[in-house]
Amino acid sequence: MTDIHAQIDAIPGVDPHAPLLEVSDLHVEFRTRDGVARAVNGVDLVLRPGETLAVLGESGCGKSVTAQAIMGVLDTPPGYVTRGEVRYRGVDLLRLPESERRKVRANRIAMIFQDALSALNPVYSVGFQLGELFRVHRGMSRSDAKLRSIELLDQVRIPAARQRIGDYPHQFSGGMRQRVMIAMALALDPEVLIADEPTTALDVTVQAQIMGLLAELQRQRTMGLILITHDMGVVADVADRISVMYAGKIVEEAPVYDIYARPAHPYTKALLESIPRLDMKGHRLNVIPGLPPALTDLPRGCAFHPRCPYAHDPCRRDPSPRPSHIAPGRTTRCHFWNEVAGA
Amino acid sequence: MFRYLVRRLLQMVVTFFGATFIVYALTFANADDPLQALAGERPITPSVRQALTERYHLDDPFLLQYWYYLKGLLTGDFGTSLTGRKISDMMAQAWPVTIKLALLAIVIAAGVAVIAGVISGLRRGGIFDNVTLALTLVVLALPIVVLAPLAQLIFGIKLGWFPPTAGRDASLYALLLPAIVLGSLVVATELRVTRSSVAENLRADYVRTARAKGLSRKRVIGVHVLRNSLIPVITLIGVDIGTLMSGAIVTEGVFNIPGVGFNLLRGIRTEDGPLVVGFVSILVIVFLGLNLLVDLLYAVLDPRIRYE
Amino acid sequence: MSELRAPSTSGGPARHAERRDKPRSLAGDAWRDLRRNKIFWIAAVLVVVVLVMALFPALFTSVDPRDCALSRKNLGASGSAPFGYDFQGCDVYARTIYGARASIEVGVLATLISGAIGLAFGLGAGYFGGWLDAVLSRIIDVVLGIPFLLAAIVLAKRLSHDPQSNGVLAVIVTLGLLGWTTAARVMRSSVIATKSQDYVAAARMLGAGPARLMMRHILPNSVASFIVVLTILLGINIASEATLSFLGIGLKGDAISWGIAINEAGKYVRTAAGPLVWPSLFLALTVLAFIMLGDAIRDAFDPKLR
Repeated sequence: MTDIHAQIDAIPGVDPHAPLLEVSDLHVEFRTRDGVARAVNGVDLVLRPGETLAVLGESGCGKSVTAQAIMGVLDTPPGYVTRGEVRYRGVDLLRLPESERRKVRANRIAMIFQDALSALNPVYSVGFQLGELFRVHRGMSRSDAKLRSIELLDQVRIPAARQRIGDYPHQFSGGMRQRVMIAMALALDPEVLIADEPTTALDVTVQAQIMGLLAELQRQRTMGLILITHDMGVVADVADRISVMYAGKIVEEAPVYDIYARPAHPYTKALLESIPRLDMKGHRLNVIPGLPPALTDLPRGCAFHPRCPYAHDPCRRDPSPRPSHIAPGRTTRCHFWNEVAGA
Repeated sequence: MFRYLVRRLLQMVVTFFGATFIVYALTFANADDPLQALAGERPITPSVRQALTERYHLDDPFLLQYWYYLKGLLTGDFGTSLTGRKISDMMAQAWPVTIKLALLAIVIAAGVAVIAGVISGLRRGGIFDNVTLALTLVVLALPIVVLAPLAQLIFGIKLGWFPPTAGRDASLYALLLPAIVLGSLVVATELRVTRSSVAENLRADYVRTARAKGLSRKRVIGVHVLRNSLIPVITLIGVDIGTLMSGAIVTEGVFNIPGVGFNLLRGIRTEDGPLVVGFVSILVIVFLGLNLLVDLLYAVLDPRIRYE
Repeated sequence: MSELRAPSTSGGPARHAERRDKPRSLAGDAWRDLRRNKIFWIAAVLVVVVLVMALFPALFTSVDPRDCALSRKNLGASGSAPFGYDFQGCDVYARTIYGARASIEVGVLATLISGAIGLAFGLGAGYFGGWLDAVLSRIIDVVLGIPFLLAAIVLAKRLSHDPQSNGVLAVIVTLGLLGWTTAARVMRSSVIATKSQDYVAAARMLGAGPARLMMRHILPNSVASFIVVLTILLGINIASEATLSFLGIGLKGDAISWGIAINEAGKYVRTAAGPLVWPSLFLALTVLAFIMLGDAIRDAFDPKLR
């Protein structure tokens, strides 16, 4: 079997000097009986090696869909990518034939999912599911694949890896299962790892362990990590940059300290203010009034305006705010960001 | 796994006693004249009456009679039919052809059901799917009492493709039409279960993971989806073998196949109590045994069950 | 918290707007889907036609199905007898129309009996759990341990010893006593699933007793699948009556049923196909109609197909 890395590098357009991952103007919609849901409406992302980008947002804002579109595992009907580019080292993955695109998956870009119990196949052992990657992509024999799999389980710190290689997913605890998923994703030494809410289903203490493991593995391999989450606490420790998503758009993007210190978008600001703190004892909790909009029926203008304390007339009219570069590495989609950041 | 087995065995034992008791009670418990029930509508002379009373322990309380009957069952003595032949002999002659028929039927039915079900499940809403669904609906609705005589009429008599009846030493070809007819009892449900199982598994999260691992569609479906999808189907097929063995009554009747069902039917019509009870009991045992095997198979196929 | 949940963990349409407009119950949604379903309407029409045939056979034919003359034995179709005559010289068309009554009667009554038993068993086992559930489930196992047809044959034979009766009651009771197991199991699992929901706990905390809990809270949510099972059971019972009559264990005497007709016609099929074909067709269509109906209702209520 010819070296798969050679094959990937031979894809026309591959440019080792281009950014690792670059998403431009991505649009994804879902066509259903009840209408068309616009899940992703113009998302831009850039990722460099060794960098951790957190995509932050509430349920339904489109962050998982974005990740799935990048990986190419969107449920196609009913989901369709209608516009945009996803460039891996300069090559637009969306326009590659599936056979080529498949080579990039797992070998260069890998993904881990939220619920490891349902994300792992219940009827095959962990060893089989890990070994599969080596057998299919590297042409290894069963015994070689098994050895490599045991090594991987060791790397993600699963105790007694040799004994547990034949166990089934339901025989592991939640945290262990997530480590298995991480092992599976890292098996072929990808350059990009997309983690879709990896710790949401876990206890807080296990969360910390898993995040620590991810950070360490990323450092060792200088991988780019896209961390998708709704949990601001998790993000603060690990991320280099944060992209905040709302109703399918990135509403603010900034280095992590800048976002916490001086948010430049009303939504980000409201999110930060809604985090309960000990010194708020006795006071009402801050809450963002209203609900996120239905993706089948997005409001005119800025999608956040019905809930926004800074909303003025231009906000309620089309077109919705364009991203403005307000500082190096910072963009925001708000007509009145000055007010927000100044306050 | 061991506990699971033991539990199932206990259940089976309870069911066995319950089922055989009910069958026995229904056939023989008669407030009026048990001997008359035994003999049906034939008149009985006093000497015959005396002999029969002794042989069937009819002077003993009912439960004791049931006990004798059970003892007989467990030692392989199924008693004697009113025609005088030993029931075990009759069974030895009748079973082989029924087994051949049932196995042939299940192979055809399961083969068609699984293949068509997988294709339908993969392409839900497509033409193949809609046509297949419509066909299964028709087959499901056609009672075997309609299908068997009609099939015999059209394919056996009018078109002449198959012999219209099959005797005891029927060739495989002669059993083909009855097997297809018999298989119609189960093919529709098997197909539907396969189809919905495949469709459901296609939407499962582990499929997304498999695709994210860069596996080809062929492998995702052939290795990952299929293994999960077929578990409920295979267990259903196991149960269906038992269903077919008992459902063969009508088919054997129509196509004149002297198997278990045929004999049973004749026993019912001639009011041959011991024969009915004997044959039904053995069928119950076979049915229960098959169910147990299927449960074992299920544990083998699905690791989640094994470690309960 | 995961992404919006339709269909799996991918993003999907939000139903916020619709929830804000007006409350949509599951039954309302189901009826809306049902109305659009062509199969539902075809099945419903067939069912209505058969019901009318059963209740008012005189609307379809003025011929007396018992007016038989051996002189007309096995005659083919003619103007006054569109389906011809059978081996006893009876008008096949008339006998087919009148045969509907036996089928519907037996089917409906047997299904009602099964439904009642199934409801009681399922509700009791599911709601009370514990030893009651264990006992009832074992009873279900025993009933299921005997293959249906065999049990039906033995039971029907036992119940129809009286040579005077025409066997209708025996068949109804037989089918009713044997057909309830699936309904009971379905009801039991619905009840178990519903029982652990939060709103039931809330109602109990507000002081609702078991009866009220069962009637107002648990039952309405378990009823959909139960009805589907019963509808399909109706189709199955009609087919089973025909099977029993075919085997000579069902209706007898001067009863008119499709099963009896098929049985009798079988012997003479080489000379006259009509007496076999027509009742078969009617039987098949009737069973088909009920099964289609049950299928359509099930699809309408199934949230996974949305």
